[in-house]
Amino acid sequence: MTSTKPSAPAEQTESTSSAALHIGTSDPLTLVMRNLRQSGIYIAFIVIVALFASLTHGVLLSPGNITNIVLQYSYILVLAIGMVILIIAGHIDLSVGSIVALTGAVSAVLVIQHDQPWWIGIVAAVAVGTAVGAWQGFWVAYVGMPAFIVTLAGMLLFRGLTLEVLDNVSLSPFPAQYQKVASGFLNGLMGGQGYDAFTLLIAAIAVAGYAVGVFRTRLARIRYEQPVESFPLFVARVLVVAAVVMYFAWQLAHARGLPIVLIVLGVLVAAYGLMTKNTVFGRQIYAIGGNLPAAMLSGVKVRKVNFWIFVNMGFLAGIAGVIYSSRSNGAQPAAGNMFELDAIAAAFIGGAAVAGGVGTVVGAMVGGLIMAVMSNGMQLMGVDQSTQSVVKGLVLLLAVAFDIYNKRRAGTTR
Amino acid sequence: MDDVLLEMRGITKRFPGVTALEDVSLVVRRGEIHAICGENGAGKSTLMKVLSGVYPAGAYDGEIRFDGRPVHFAGIRDSEAVGIVIIHQELALVPYLSVAENIFLGNERRGRGGLIDWNRTNADARGLLASVGLDENPVAPVIQLGVGKQQLVEIAKALSKDVRLLILDEPTAALNDVDSAHLLDLLRRLRDRGITCIMISHKLSEITAIADSTTVIRDGRTVETLDMASGDVTQERIIRGMVGRDLESFYPDRDSAPGAEVLRIEDWTVWHPVQPRKVVDGASLTVRAGEVVGIAGLMGAGRTELAMSVFGRSYGRNISGRLYLHGREVRARTVAEAIQHGIAYATEDRKRYGLNLIADVRANISAAGLGKLARAGWVNGNEEIKVAEQGRRDLNIKTRTVLDVVGTLSGGNQQKVVLSKWLFTDPDVLILDEPTRGIDVGAKFEIYTIINRLVAQGKAVVVISSELPELLGMCDRIYTLSAGRITGELPVGQATQESLMALMTMEKELAG
Repeated sequence: MTSTKPSAPAEQTESTSSAALHIGTSDPLTLVMRNLRQSGIYIAFIVIVALFASLTHGVLLSPGNITNIVLQYSYILVLAIGMVILIIAGHIDLSVGSIVALTGAVSAVLVIQHDQPWWIGIVAAVAVGTAVGAWQGFWVAYVGMPAFIVTLAGMLLFRGLTLEVLDNVSLSPFPAQYQKVASGFLNGLMGGQGYDAFTLLIAAIAVAGYAVGVFRTRLARIRYEQPVESFPLFVARVLVVAAVVMYFAWQLAHARGLPIVLIVLGVLVAAYGLMTKNTVFGRQIYAIGGNLPAAMLSGVKVRKVNFWIFVNMGFLAGIAGVIYSSRSNGAQPAAGNMFELDAIAAAFIGGAAVAGGVGTVVGAMVGGLIMAVMSNGMQLMGVDQSTQSVVKGLVLLLAVAFDIYNKRRAGTTR
Repeated sequence: MDDVLLEMRGITKRFPGVTALEDVSLVVRRGEIHAICGENGAGKSTLMKVLSGVYPAGAYDGEIRFDGRPVHFAGIRDSEAVGIVIIHQELALVPYLSVAENIFLGNERRGRGGLIDWNRTNADARGLLASVGLDENPVAPVIQLGVGKQQLVEIAKALSKDVRLLILDEPTAALNDVDSAHLLDLLRRLRDRGITCIMISHKLSEITAIADSTTVIRDGRTVETLDMASGDVTQERIIRGMVGRDLESFYPDRDSAPGAEVLRIEDWTVWHPVQPRKVVDGASLTVRAGEVVGIAGLMGAGRTELAMSVFGRSYGRNISGRLYLHGREVRARTVAEAIQHGIAYATEDRKRYGLNLIADVRANISAAGLGKLARAGWVNGNEEIKVAEQGRRDLNIKTRTVLDVVGTLSGGNQQKVVLSKWLFTDPDVLILDEPTRGIDVGAKFEIYTIINRLVAQGKAVVVISSELPELLGMCDRIYTLSAGRITGELPVGQATQESLMALMTMEKELAG
């Protein structure tokens, strides 16, 4: 046991900030083992990135390609945020692909057919998505139907409505402002030096924010006499994160700058990551998925929570609908087909448990990126579509198998 | 010696970081009922898993001889092949299959072409049911049977496999007294038919009543094997072996000084959620500060239903009646409201209704009072850990850290986590439903001590229990419940097991 026990409370003589520099465990093995499920995903991600980087002779990590991956998979990642929250609570949503199509269609009809300004389209799409989420939340939370059935029905229902709205034809193109959502960049704001300094500045601010945040967390943990990692290890962790982010930003800066959709995604991931971990609402989601009756008998308003996480899924599907329609520069009746499966796969690869109660937003993002890097890498290598599908299927299978194996091992230690 | 059926010698079983069994020996004679006693975590279940092949040969050290021959089981099928059948505490019946299908599950009666011979299946099932004293329709789904009858179906299933050594893990834990007596009677009859039986039980009264010998296990070692035939082995004697010391008094002393009335319900009536019948019928009771009030009743009397309906209407429908807290009538229509009014209810089934087993100790302790740790919806995670640590210290929860998963703790420690959760909501009334079910003697004593401490702080405590000695040992006053009606209220000084039992079994007409 390496965790420092809070044995003598309130007898700390030295100031917290000086203690922050030299206490804590530095046994990296313990730190990895403490959270094997999570760290397993990160390790897998690094291995997969390294593998495809070498298979593609570095093209995978080239500035242009990194930008491409972000643009290409952002809407799946947005969907995966909502999806992992539903999965944690023990639900699922099979209809998100149809909602993406429907919201994109509504936006296209307003903006392209009726010449409304671009932002009306965005607001309308998100509003429709949220309303759809409320519809499904009503059936799941207040009527008590299984989410599988409700959203299976929704998948058909909203696909049908999409066809209705579009009158069965594709609409295109969107005005330039609307297209910028998915394919616009913030660059050139600080003059060109061959790279975009603005992107680097934003990344640096993000890194600084992260460093301050984790240091304050560390101080608070020490004040509460919680175990922390040793200071050198802490610094090393921050430096690694900083290096990865800055490298990523450097690459982006040398391509086309900071994609707008990446800012959207970053804000969403940070907000939802904090919400699920640190708010009463977020914690109640885990409680419901972990043991529904126990959550009820602990005073959790289960119906309310279930309703709102479906509303939230609809809201995020609306955002994904905007991004996707913007990226494809139009609305098609078949848009968003199978998106739900990619989002579900991302959540499960990211460590969510099929039975509920387990999973993280960040994990789902890494899970989604694993899928993205694999798809992208295989495309670069010219692997045909059929093989890609087989590989992705196997990865999903193995990821969940690993998860189950892990759990069984944890279960037999007692 | 030929009359030895089973001999386990020097059994040692290690898990990473823990030695669960150390040099344990067990000798079971042919045709006896052999009880195994020990606190939770003492290693009883692990020993039975070694015996039944759940832990295959090679996964442990030591020797097992069955019927004079050394045996090496690679799995449960091997042990069943020689006639060792284990019935687990959690019954392994499929609820929507019929009784007959359950009995022959995995051992189907087949006819021509490998198809199931339903006539023979049902006829054989009827015979087996008769031999365990059950007169049930073999085609009825198992879920229609009560827990007591389901237990008997499990035994019938074991008999269908030509059992020679029957292992029962806490067979009466979920049974009421009548069903328990019935089951013990059946075990005696099986013994007369030559079936040897190993019984793990926490109910020492049953052990002294039925066992021919008793092996006591403590901390993964055999302490002693007591010969019960002489009749002079008392419960106290067994407890001494289990805890390694005499419990001076099994129930800790407490000064009884009830104060003002905290909770009162009047004319409380609850309907079954689906069936058209009253589960609680016109019940009225009061609980005062600094008082422990017991609710005694047989299973199905409506004890849990009464408690849960008071606790934010978490059970039943068409609930009517008045609820007063500190003399003021209040409405508690949801669990959240009940908690706000200062009511807490610790369930009888902590695994299903009390705990999030896959979450850590911390999250479980804070689950019902998370709002107290939050500002504008944001939880102070460090404060939460502090609260959890506080709970761990106060209730002596044995866990490595509060970040350990609750599912890995022993039953007694899980129960303390449940208590800790409710104490954090700072209730005025604490309703404890079977607070010591399935936990060991030492942990029971700790729970009793905690209850006394709460009462000393002026809290009102309601204890629902199937164990009458527990109620008599802990309570100031006891209500008896029969068929949903309160049939009596006795100060503990006037109550005896007999008088309580008489009220608990009172017929409905008389109770009215």
